[in-house]
Amino acid sequence: MANNLKGKAPVLVVLQMTGGNDFMNTLVPYTSGLYYDSRQTVRITEDRVLELNDQLGFHPAAAPLKDMFDAGDVAIVQGIGYENSNRSHFRAMDIMHTAEPNAIATEGWLAKAIRQLDPEGKDVLTGVSFGRGLPRAMAAPGVRVTSVGDLDTYGLMTSVDIKEDRAEAMDIFKRFYTPAIGSGATMSYLQQTGDDVLTGIDQLQTVPGRYKSTVEYADNPIAKSLRDVARTHIAGLGTRIFYVQHGGYDHHAVEMPAHEKLLGELSGALRDFMDDLREHDSAEEVVVYAFTEFGRRVQDNGSGTDHGSGGGAFIIGDRVEGGLYSEYPSLDPKTFANGEDLEHTFDFRGVYATLLEQWMSIDSIDIVRGKYEQLQPFRVA
Amino acid sequence: MVQAVKTQTDPALVAHLYRRAGFGITREQVDRLSERDYADIVDFLLNPLPSNGVHDDEVSRYMGGESPHAYLATWIFRMINSENQLQEKMALFWHHVFATGLAKNEHVLSASNQIEMFRSNGMSDMRTILLDLSRDPAMIFWLDNNENHKSEPNENYGRELLELFSLGVGNYTEIDIKNAARAFTGWTFAQSPPLYPHGYYPCDFVFEEENHDNSEKEFLGHTGNFDGGDVIDIIVDQPACAAFISRHLYNFFVADEPQVPTWNEVAPLDPQLIDAMSEAFMNSGGDIKSVLRVMFNSNAFKDARFKKVKSPIELVVGILKMVGNFDDFRPGLSAYADSTTVVMGQKLLDPPSVEGWHTGKEWIDGGNLTERVNFAVSEIGDGESPGVQRIIDRIIDSGSLVAPEDFVDSVLDAMGPITVEDSTSEALMKFARDSEGIDDRLRAVRIISLIVSTPEYQFA
Repeated sequence: MANNLKGKAPVLVVLQMTGGNDFMNTLVPYTSGLYYDSRQTVRITEDRVLELNDQLGFHPAAAPLKDMFDAGDVAIVQGIGYENSNRSHFRAMDIMHTAEPNAIATEGWLAKAIRQLDPEGKDVLTGVSFGRGLPRAMAAPGVRVTSVGDLDTYGLMTSVDIKEDRAEAMDIFKRFYTPAIGSGATMSYLQQTGDDVLTGIDQLQTVPGRYKSTVEYADNPIAKSLRDVARTHIAGLGTRIFYVQHGGYDHHAVEMPAHEKLLGELSGALRDFMDDLREHDSAEEVVVYAFTEFGRRVQDNGSGTDHGSGGGAFIIGDRVEGGLYSEYPSLDPKTFANGEDLEHTFDFRGVYATLLEQWMSIDSIDIVRGKYEQLQPFRVA
Repeated sequence: MVQAVKTQTDPALVAHLYRRAGFGITREQVDRLSERDYADIVDFLLNPLPSNGVHDDEVSRYMGGESPHAYLATWIFRMINSENQLQEKMALFWHHVFATGLAKNEHVLSASNQIEMFRSNGMSDMRTILLDLSRDPAMIFWLDNNENHKSEPNENYGRELLELFSLGVGNYTEIDIKNAARAFTGWTFAQSPPLYPHGYYPCDFVFEEENHDNSEKEFLGHTGNFDGGDVIDIIVDQPACAAFISRHLYNFFVADEPQVPTWNEVAPLDPQLIDAMSEAFMNSGGDIKSVLRVMFNSNAFKDARFKKVKSPIELVVGILKMVGNFDDFRPGLSAYADSTTVVMGQKLLDPPSVEGWHTGKEWIDGGNLTERVNFAVSEIGDGESPGVQRIIDRIIDSGSLVAPEDFVDSVLDAMGPITVEDSTSEALMKFARDSEGIDDRLRAVRIISLIVSTPEYQFA
């Protein structure tokens, strides 16, 4: 176990890059002729790459991430995936969410982790998702989690302008959603859910007022979500697992400008997030895990790239032993999956096991359904 | 003089029928329909009028070109305004069962053509429905039947046809799957020009004779040189198909069953009604209208009030219908399908998987519930919309603004009629007492906003 956090509980922030990030154009194999052969249009040329070593370099838009890497805070997991990678967004994401590539599973991997952290389901804030919609990773029967669209406007009946009217409406709402004996199963679940929302809101609404920082985040959705995570974490509400989503990575067409914009937003937001935590002496106990559902096709389609496999992920934090982990997928066509996709080099379930066991101190066997090879990406203080 | 005996239907039952067989109903429409006999109203729903009162061409022209946004706006407009409510609801039903997604297909025109197909064949017979489905390019691509070759059969469609679309797990063998797949070899579509940069062209079904496996196959106890049509004939004759489709209809229209993959192990909630529906299916050769007629006319259906969690689209369209802002064309409709229902967990034309959406209780989590309540309250807003004004007029006209019980009852009646649990009724009564003396119209708007926030309002 890596963490010696002086009494602070470890926190995991999971960041989902939705749509299938083009790993080859994030961490570019800029000296490989095979790369340039297959990427005639959608390519980052050697002169633009931010070199990591004599083979790999970051996309220029990821400069803040490169700085964090140079500071030793970023572990790059290369070639993450699983056998017979699924090219459907939903199914692939579902596999990432449930850690089950072979069957339709119902319980999310993080929900199962939350169940271990809070077995009696007492605290609705142990797991908090910021952004739109509760990810399946956080969902499982009986696991109470909180899903917040926007922390600044989070609340119920927020469109009711007059304060007294809203207070009265909330009071009545509380009465509607008091779990009553004798209601049907679905009705009582609904009442319980409403009651949980009210409990979470009471605490979360205090967060914005308690936060001050010199860090100025950019104005985009991922920066906003990570700022919400920072504010909530700094407020000390006991949240152990946060979830945020950054959408738009499905670049079938016009990839070059679109990908650049996203990587710029993402890496800038991650830098600001870590700076913000450090300013509040709240960084040490936080690790970010940024992942995507699949990599993209080796060969570009003239404008963008189609769905592929062999993606990559990032583990970021002050306790992370920065560096390159696992191996970059081979660009030799003979090794391709389906004759056209990068073959994975590291099973994603091993990364989950690493995060759960070494960082969160949670038993992972039940969550990932077995034992998988782990990484060693954490420093012992 | 002999007075003709008028058969009437309880307004609450009319509202219930329209929440299920349609997307809700205004109180004025309830008044008109409750003059009629219940079975007549069911027949009216089962037999779409030649014109649905919505000029389809005009609508789609107004909503714009071939994007998911434009098509969804068109569909929602029809959900709100079509007189043929059950036709639109059946299209949604089959979209739930035969869930096909843009995430993989990325071909909007094929996706919308598939929904149009469900609108037109949704109440026909099961053979037609499955045959059309098997020839539908969106479905063929979604389940890889274009990769299903004589030399290399692909089982994806064969498997889901049996598992998810007609029989359910436990009613066929792996051999049946393989042979069903062989029967559908060569059922493919002609590739349309590439989307980028040509835009959408329709794909047409193509049967490739030379790619079709003409050899003998065993399927569900029958032997012959079956093709896809023969396989569908055999499927539709199976009592298991009758029971499976009946249970799907029950789950969608009557009460929430457990999720579909458990049906092989968990008995139906109402085996008697499922039996009656299955019998109608078998006796009519799989006529969906006959099954629906038995279902809607059953006492079990009539009694199943507020027993189904509204799907996001049902909740959203129900509110839009009540608020009445989209009785005519107006911009802004697509946002309800692009984001409003999406944050509640349902993206039309893009189901989470071939299994479709998990329904019932699974529609609700803290975030979704917050979205539902906030959406409904914000649509009611300051109550200036025509639909809300009509509700308020009705409450004021009823003259029941004084006694708190009368006030609460008249609002629940004007909004549905809706029935609520005792605890909810008490909470509303508290509001009615505390708000005595404030402006009548303002008071009405506030209680309407509260009622759309109730747990009961999450149920259809």
